[in-house]
Amino acid sequence: MDVTKQKDKIIYALFWLSGLIIVAILVSIIGYVMVKGISSISLAFLLEAPRRAGAQGGISTTIAGTVYLTVLALLIAVPIGVGAAVYLEEYAHSQSKFASIVNLTAETLAGIPSIVFGLFGFVFLVIFLDLGWSLLSGSITVAIMILPTITRTAQEAILTLPREYRENSLALGASKWQTIWKVILPFALPGIVTGIILSIGRAIGETAALILTAGSSLGMPMSVFDPARTMSVHLYMLAMEGISMDRAFGTAFLIIILILIINYLANLSLRKFSQAVR
Amino acid sequence: MEEALQNQKINILAPTNQLSANHSHSRRRRGEKAIEKILVLCAAIFILAIFLITLFIFAKGMPLIAKIGLGDFLFNTQWSPTKGMYGIGSMFIGSVLITLGALIWTVPLGLSTAILMAEIAPPRIGTILGNLINLLAGIPSVVYGFIGLIVIVPFIRENLGGNGMSLLAGAIILGIMILPTLINISRDSLLAVPREYKEGSLALGATHFQTISRVMVPAAKSGIITAVVLGMGRAIGETMAVVMVTGNAAIIPGSILEPVRTMTSNIVLEMGYASGDHQTALFATGMVLFVFIVILNLSINLFAKGGQGIGRN
Repeated sequence: MDVTKQKDKIIYALFWLSGLIIVAILVSIIGYVMVKGISSISLAFLLEAPRRAGAQGGISTTIAGTVYLTVLALLIAVPIGVGAAVYLEEYAHSQSKFASIVNLTAETLAGIPSIVFGLFGFVFLVIFLDLGWSLLSGSITVAIMILPTITRTAQEAILTLPREYRENSLALGASKWQTIWKVILPFALPGIVTGIILSIGRAIGETAALILTAGSSLGMPMSVFDPARTMSVHLYMLAMEGISMDRAFGTAFLIIILILIINYLANLSLRKFSQAVR
Repeated sequence: MEEALQNQKINILAPTNQLSANHSHSRRRRGEKAIEKILVLCAAIFILAIFLITLFIFAKGMPLIAKIGLGDFLFNTQWSPTKGMYGIGSMFIGSVLITLGALIWTVPLGLSTAILMAEIAPPRIGTILGNLINLLAGIPSVVYGFIGLIVIVPFIRENLGGNGMSLLAGAIILGIMILPTLINISRDSLLAVPREYKEGSLALGATHFQTISRVMVPAAKSGIITAVVLGMGRAIGETMAVVMVTGNAAIIPGSILEPVRTMTSNIVLEMGYASGDHQTALFATGMVLFVFIVILNLSINLFAKGGQGIGRN
């Protein structure tokens, strides 16, 4: 008996070790980028446009590209994604064939690699619809990629709404849509916000699909039909072509900071959400 | 009839509609119908998206496969677009090898971390670990690729030989990237094992570890398999991190220290300047990838449905 207990102790130590390894990997990745990247950050780095393919100057146009692209993608995906969630949870019958197909396609869509989205965006948006390498092509592509996240988080949020809320609202004479707009959506808001935050993270990090759809022009995009380069694409170009490792570190630093902020906000809104449920 | 009655009742109750109940009633009904139609459209966009993606990728990639044959395209290892030779055999093998390489070291590590979080660590520590792992999942692949290029590649070059850009570097970076998928889904399925299983086993005199290894893990098996399959899907589809650290030579590597090119890398490297048959061949590569991933996901849906979502979040 004692021998078994002894053995269990050693095995437990191994489990703890695996946890430690994971923490060490994470801390060293983030720590490394922070330490190496901080010295590249300056006001000029953030505010100046890149010169000589990014070897000189800052990264202002790529920051603008990232922000425009993310906002556009959200403008497209949030209404559609939340609308789909409302339909699936509030209108569709539970055994509806249509709803189960939509759920299945949403799951399938979530599993498709970004390079395949890139190929699709390239042949459909850039070539077939003739939108060219542009902010619009890029953001529509990213919008399709984040749709499943937005819909799923909204669905989960709507699902947690207590039955009585819905019934009370209907009993008070509100129509179905009034109930959705005034009762269900406000209740589901924290869940929807969580989905949006997660999607922002995805949009900031997206690279492969954007190289094929938004182009890699370093100019400042002036309209949705202009090509744009995001920070992630810029990091790829700087590092792969060895243009400027300093600036690559600075860009990676900025991306990591954004991801940390997003992660913090997502946790915050998740916590709020679970409190609201309670 | 019943519905109409119900609506009538609602209208009587609703103060805003009291003045012209009948008129606003029909208008409201029409409005409600229109809203429902818009919402159906939102949901239908998912189906439309999958339909268009399938249609366009196939329409663009199929002609080349029809021309040279699927067998030749998949298994011929000669890729030289300038000579009109389009076999993705070496890239196909490259993708498989790098995925296996990533899984070999992460499945044991991921599973034991999942067990730690679900069974051994106090809940508070489990939550903290969970948050850190979500953070790991949030780091973009291009940042992983950058770290790999700056840290892991030189490390391999100086300590193990070769030029560092290698299958090994890819397997390490890719492994780190799929860890969150493996851990989160395995942990969830371990947590979903009914309490009685565990209590029964402990009551029969089994130690905690015996309970974990003989009762909990077998009971969570389908979830753990789902985790591994999803991790596999992520690994095969990953592009940026792999392209930055593997050297991208379109050859079958002789050792883990030699460079490889995956199917995804092939697309992102050559799409920028490809045209004609060459471009079609890249779409055909994407088509193979797409079919592969869809089959993986559908098989999870059909056989191991654990209720877990697919994808990184």
